[in-house]
Amino acid sequence: MSEKSQTDYSKAELPVRLIEEVDEVSRKMGLSKEKKDKLIEQIKKEYEKESFEPGESIGIIAAQSISEPATQMTMRTYHFAGIAGIRVTYGLPRLIEIFDAKKEPETPMMTIYLKSEYNNAAEAAKLAEALVEKDIMNIVKRISLNLNENSIEIEVVDKRRTDSVFKSLMDNLKNQTVKMKGEKVVVTVKTEDVKELQKVKEKILVLRVGGVEEIRNALVRKEGDDWIINTIGTNLSTVLKIKEVDEKKTYTNDIYETASALGLEAARSVIVREALKTMQEQALDIDARYVMLVADIMTFDGEISSIGRYGVAGAKTSVLARAAFEETIKHLVKASIRNEVDKLQGVFENVMVGQVVPAGTGMFDLIVRSEEE
Amino acid sequence: MKVDKIEFGIVSSEMIKNISAAKITKTELYDHEGYPIEGGLMDPRLGVIDPGVRCRTCGGTVGECHGHFGYLELTRPIIHVHYSKIIFALLKIFCRKCSRILVEEKNMEAVKSKRLGFKEIVTLSKKKCPHCNTEVKKLKFIKPYTFVEGADTLNAVQVRERFEKILIEDLKIVGLSTRPEWLILTLLPIPPVTVRPSITLETGERSEDDLTHKLVDIVRINDRLKENIDLGAPDFIIEDLWELLQYHISTYFDNELSGVPPARHRSGRILKTLSQRLKTKEGRFRGNLAGKRVNFSARTVISPDPMIQIDDVGVPETIAKELTIPARVNEKNMEELKKTVLNGSDIWPGANYVIRPDGRRKKISELNKEEISNEIVPGYIVERHLKNDDIVLFNRQPSLHRMSLMGHRVKVMPFKTFRLNLSTTTPYNADFDGDEMNLHVPQTEEARVEIENLTMVPKNIRSPRFSGPIIGAIRDHITGIYVLTKGERKFSRKEFTQLVRSVDKDVELPDKESLTGKEIFSLFLPKDLSMEFKSNSGELVVIERGKLVKGVIDKASVGSETGKLLDKVEKFYGSEFAKKFIYNVTRLAIAVLTTAGFSVSISDQDLTDKARRDIKEIIEKIRKEVDDTNEQFEKGELKVLVGRTPKESLDHTVKTILRNGLNETQKVLEKEIKDNFTLDMVKSGARGSLVNIVQTAAMVGQEMVMGERIEKGYYQRTFPHFKPGTISLEATGFVSRGFKDGITPFEFFFDAINSRESLMDKSLKTRHSGYMERRLVGALQDLKVEYDGTVRDSANRIVQFLPGDDGMDPSKVQRGGINVGEIANRLFKS
Repeated sequence: MSEKSQTDYSKAELPVRLIEEVDEVSRKMGLSKEKKDKLIEQIKKEYEKESFEPGESIGIIAAQSISEPATQMTMRTYHFAGIAGIRVTYGLPRLIEIFDAKKEPETPMMTIYLKSEYNNAAEAAKLAEALVEKDIMNIVKRISLNLNENSIEIEVVDKRRTDSVFKSLMDNLKNQTVKMKGEKVVVTVKTEDVKELQKVKEKILVLRVGGVEEIRNALVRKEGDDWIINTIGTNLSTVLKIKEVDEKKTYTNDIYETASALGLEAARSVIVREALKTMQEQALDIDARYVMLVADIMTFDGEISSIGRYGVAGAKTSVLARAAFEETIKHLVKASIRNEVDKLQGVFENVMVGQVVPAGTGMFDLIVRSEEE
Repeated sequence: MKVDKIEFGIVSSEMIKNISAAKITKTELYDHEGYPIEGGLMDPRLGVIDPGVRCRTCGGTVGECHGHFGYLELTRPIIHVHYSKIIFALLKIFCRKCSRILVEEKNMEAVKSKRLGFKEIVTLSKKKCPHCNTEVKKLKFIKPYTFVEGADTLNAVQVRERFEKILIEDLKIVGLSTRPEWLILTLLPIPPVTVRPSITLETGERSEDDLTHKLVDIVRINDRLKENIDLGAPDFIIEDLWELLQYHISTYFDNELSGVPPARHRSGRILKTLSQRLKTKEGRFRGNLAGKRVNFSARTVISPDPMIQIDDVGVPETIAKELTIPARVNEKNMEELKKTVLNGSDIWPGANYVIRPDGRRKKISELNKEEISNEIVPGYIVERHLKNDDIVLFNRQPSLHRMSLMGHRVKVMPFKTFRLNLSTTTPYNADFDGDEMNLHVPQTEEARVEIENLTMVPKNIRSPRFSGPIIGAIRDHITGIYVLTKGERKFSRKEFTQLVRSVDKDVELPDKESLTGKEIFSLFLPKDLSMEFKSNSGELVVIERGKLVKGVIDKASVGSETGKLLDKVEKFYGSEFAKKFIYNVTRLAIAVLTTAGFSVSISDQDLTDKARRDIKEIIEKIRKEVDDTNEQFEKGELKVLVGRTPKESLDHTVKTILRNGLNETQKVLEKEIKDNFTLDMVKSGARGSLVNIVQTAAMVGQEMVMGERIEKGYYQRTFPHFKPGTISLEATGFVSRGFKDGITPFEFFFDAINSRESLMDKSLKTRHSGYMERRLVGALQDLKVEYDGTVRDSANRIVQFLPGDDGMDPSKVQRGGINVGEIANRLFKS
């Protein structure tokens, strides 16, 4: 939202986007102040005609608009995105995964943009290399057990890495003594048991010595003018701190991680973007407003809740609506012990007792008789 | 009267006694004469189920009397299975000796203020009672209804005794407002007979409801237990009987308890008890309360009728004679209604019933129709047959969106199917291969008005899903209008008069000897319409002041879901105009096809010799490239892609080669195939695509399963005819021939594998997306836009301050939102 449009906003009750468009058009056409006002007047009329009417059952329409085209989606779980090819969940399974607000997506993925000064192939490749999580296993030349001294000797391929290996071992092996011996790192284990020694060796092999935790692979890709790094695995909060990374554009497809790194509003927009992307990949046409509504109901109470019995649908105030949805008996038993009262304010409860539903034309309970002539 | 709230709670023994009309004591249901026994489970005081009998309690007949509860005095208290978890938690929270809360004074504040759940309170409880210092014994809960304390089993009497001593203040602290001892039953409410009616079979035998069977068991065991206690039977016998009673009462509440064998009918069928009546899709909640059966509805097969309006529905006369609309007689319609009454119920348009002002209903028959007709005066209500232009609702399942239920106008027709205009098949997702649809007749004026103003077909032309037209031209409509507007074909005066007049007899015909197809189409455009857009094949289409100047009309302009022209027409000229426009365009298209003729043939896909050669070359090239890649792979020389295994890299490279090959083939075909009818359908977007032509004429291409080339089947090969380990094209599902030339048996089987996969995929998909829809609706059903423009849920919590960030309704907005530039142009340019 620019400064200018903010000031304009107070003048008209139009959405910011429309005001910006009016500004743009009147500048292009060179409209006088008078004509511009006339245009705004016209747009306002149009806007009023096209905005939601009170009582509109926006929720049900949203649910239908999303799930009607979902019948045409693919079930195939994976697909290789782009030419570089990262395996991603897509289609209906991905959509369900988003609405389920799964703690971890099946295929976590990050798209990293670079700041303008680093936006070139060399920097991108360098960063991509640096990002990938590496275990000692990946860089070790030889690892041997010295049974005489009850120690493990580690030799690294790239000598420059020896320091980081040493550091990592110092940090992670609290019970053993770690020493440098020439170009080798030597870990001395206190027991004389060979099995124990083997165990420590296994442990050492999977220790992380470089890269970012969770990031298992990184691929560089060019998109327009931008060099982009796609990663398998995600770790937003760490990556955002890297100086080459453009923290404004970089994103992950992990809803929870976004929420913890950037806050709930960011998580909401991840839900919207991911859901829309999944639909558009299948060439399905759906208005973004409905996806926003779903994202909003998933986040509006301050935390991410899923669509379904453990989330939004299970947290409803109405006992009857909950009982009708899933786990009928459980909800009735709970309601009786807590002396709950159903005030019949929702749609289902009123259908149940055979009353007019409080939505649409049924929302209005006052009828004014107009003067008869 | 309005129900404004429903309270849930637990009934006490006294309450059960108070609401009861009878005490149940006897195990028999009927005496030897077949009359229900007083004090038995079918006690006449519990309500009536037989017609002609009056209720002994309230005097009502069947329908008037809803039934009355009775009660059974349980010899020993019984634990209610559904509450056993809560009972266990309460046992843990309260002292076993003094029944005071086990939470210390200093933790009390936390419990009080935070409204903790039972589980959290249990963790705060002390090992020793802070009030009487009794040691807390280890408690164990054995599902479904046994509690063990230390080494002893706690029985229901002991539990009840402890709960009775709990102070109200302590209960308040844990957040309980009911007495916990009520969770243990001493009296069992016996539901009215109306809840468990018995059916009399043809043989005169009575067949009792499952619940009655279960209750008989309970009463019998209860009796036996009592007898044994009175006789002073040994403890273990009493214990066993008590346990048995507990079992019967538990399964009476829920017959699907884990770890408990379900109670069975004599025939071995599992009984449907209380919980089973409520649960699941067919249960009371989802089956009877969320979805109700209705009268005044009809269902039959649908068939197409291009001549009726898009918001018409053809109703068979037989159905029209069955479905009625109550018409109140007044001076203006009296004569007409009298005539319908005279026609009786067999002649359409007649009437079936008459309701007198005093509310008495009278069936119209051959004998009394004249008499009734004469007695009709204003104030009578005549239930007359469905007539032309009556408003009805029309629906096809699955009702996936709101356009699956729309208002239509009735056109009564001969024969036995519902008739539907072809343009309306898109929103219903209907075809005519045996689909059936439902029709509902609104019975009140309010209902009719709502349908007319909210759900009629024209109001639904614009779909709220993507704010574009969902009703429009399909299939032949598109080919027809394409054939008409393509090129500069001339129609003589005789020809074009024929065409236009068969669609609309009011359109003014220009005084010309001949018209081009574009000019004929332009006759139906609004005179002030101007627009430019891209056609289906990407060419520019120009409409200037109601004249199609350039380009061709096809799917992109009038097709359903895509029509840009329809979009604009609906927006600027209203839905009624749009409805007529769609009708005119589609009728015109059909008229063109029927006069000009349109036929396709297999020879449309004949290839020229050059095309054959080119395609052969391409296939050879593909084969060579793939062979080379395979060879490289086997030697281990293949370039491995980043983040992939060598095998994956091979697959990826081969797939790319094949894809490119198929594209090249398509290009060859595009160049070589002559203009013909099949291609017209593809180009206009009516049906089929170039891929279909490529697959029939040239080659089918690679068959994929789960997105990969086919590899599985036999050990290291796809068919036993190949050598193990073969990775050649033929052995991995590549079909190098077209359907027209015929494919080899191997290729045929590969194709069948692929077909089977998509078949399974489809059935899986419908289930998954169906459940997703149910969950979405469950989560979103109460959201609505309020007067202040916010979106709120049923608890009045604000979910969005402005729906969709701009407050615009997608079902009203033109595709792409408000176009400021265009409005400015309209305002200032003209």
